[in-house]
Amino acid sequence: MAFDEIVRLTRSYYCLDCGKCTGSCPVARVDVTYSPRGTIESVLSGHPEELINNHHLWSCLTCGLCTTRCPSSVDYPAFVVAARVQARKTGVEGIYAHNAIMQQLMGIMGGSVQQNRTGWLTDGLQTSARGDDFYFVGCLPYFDVIFDDLGVVSTDAARNTVRLLNAVGIVPVVSNDERCCGADLLLNGDEEGFIKLAEVNVQVIADSGAKRVIFSCPECYNAFRSDYPRYVGSLPFELVHLTELLAGRMDELELCEVPETVTYHDPCRLGRYLGIYDEPRAVIEGVPGVELVEMRKNRSNALCCGSTGWVNCGRCAKEIQMERLRQAQATGATRMITVCPKCRIHLSCALKDAGDEIAVALEDLTGLLGRALDR
Amino acid sequence: MSDFQPRIVVFACNWCSYAGADLAGVSRMQYPPTTRVIRVMCSGRVTPGFILEAFRLGADGVLVTGCHPGDCHYISGNEKAVVAVEKARQLMALLGLKTDRLRLEWISAAEGTRFARLMTGFTERMRELGPSRLGSPHRHELHELVVPDAVGVDA
Repeated sequence: MAFDEIVRLTRSYYCLDCGKCTGSCPVARVDVTYSPRGTIESVLSGHPEELINNHHLWSCLTCGLCTTRCPSSVDYPAFVVAARVQARKTGVEGIYAHNAIMQQLMGIMGGSVQQNRTGWLTDGLQTSARGDDFYFVGCLPYFDVIFDDLGVVSTDAARNTVRLLNAVGIVPVVSNDERCCGADLLLNGDEEGFIKLAEVNVQVIADSGAKRVIFSCPECYNAFRSDYPRYVGSLPFELVHLTELLAGRMDELELCEVPETVTYHDPCRLGRYLGIYDEPRAVIEGVPGVELVEMRKNRSNALCCGSTGWVNCGRCAKEIQMERLRQAQATGATRMITVCPKCRIHLSCALKDAGDEIAVALEDLTGLLGRALDR
Repeated sequence: MSDFQPRIVVFACNWCSYAGADLAGVSRMQYPPTTRVIRVMCSGRVTPGFILEAFRLGADGVLVTGCHPGDCHYISGNEKAVVAVEKARQLMALLGLKTDRLRLEWISAAEGTRFARLMTGFTERMRELGPSRLGSPHRHELHELVVPDAVGVDA
């Protein structure tokens, strides 16, 4: 769609030029040359080509902090994504992290592949090929390979999720044919690639007979919730995040004491995008012995993990991640609990280089619950 | 023998492997015209992203070549290539792509004969494996080209 349409749909015309967005933006805080206000203004003043050819188009984390504070409710993340779609049409793309390995994987998964991706399942985990509940795993098996030098085993979250679901009486479908949810392709303006993945995923889930899809990854959950219906139509199944499912059922789990002080990092997709703040906290506090302390910047004010769409990793991202780690450290907690696998990867990457400055450890929420089930 | 001409992407490092390819050429060694050679300064430049991109675009096989261990012009670049190829192999296994489609070989500037023999052998293996499922939509156009039969290398 042309830029006048983008401006209309994102309410950008109502921009008051107040600068609250730039004042809130974690990227602008580190890189003074980046300005959400300036970005909107350059388009409103009739020069969208300045935006398309500017590397800063790819600097936005789409974290949404700006839009929650904007007096006119300008939807800046949607504006950026729509601008990226336009940029892509003119052949302009961002500089992808890790030599675009993630984008290549997503592109391949959109084609005819016969994956072999369920090797992360271990004995004792009950799954089925058909059923009412489908566990959407996402890219965790691929993260294991790509980020193994970070010491992060992403599929631990998948194993713990199945374990937790089994513990509340759910035997989920785990499919070998699910693809990447495509969220990162869409964030980078690749609507075509996104639609390919979305269509396959919806078909795979429908074929399993599932009436409900359970997610452990907030980004996949948000993609299905917010983006899939817009692009592939209304979905023939319900969607729920693991924390929403468990929040009211913690008494069904036989958990041992974990006497630790932890803090919780709200992921942008679960937090600002979907308003899910209480459920993850209820789950964490449902573990006996755990003391949850809050960071100063939490809930809708939570600081983004600094990297999005595998497109803007660099000095800026590292600064933002270090700031978040310092915020966690300041609470006195021994661990920062993440629920998003990508937040975990990005923060772990920064933690690796933080050395002695940061004493806080990182743990996935399912890892904490898994430990409580173990003892 | 089928008329399937595999499309093979070869990453060759400037100092050893590409020079080895040049030597094969100058020595008039024959090998199948299935390889597309991409010169990189060092095999360490090759990342899993490059390898998967080649497959995504329809390559049937990818050959990563570099200096022999210990001989890297940049000291340890080829060690990075080992890690990159291993990562790519694991990702291919997850994706269901036959890992034989990816190979890592050390070829020195003096090994012209070996270069030609490797290209021939790898092409044969790709013929056995057949076209990649990710085949490019333009594959059918290639079959219409007249490709002369390659004379095998007697070595």
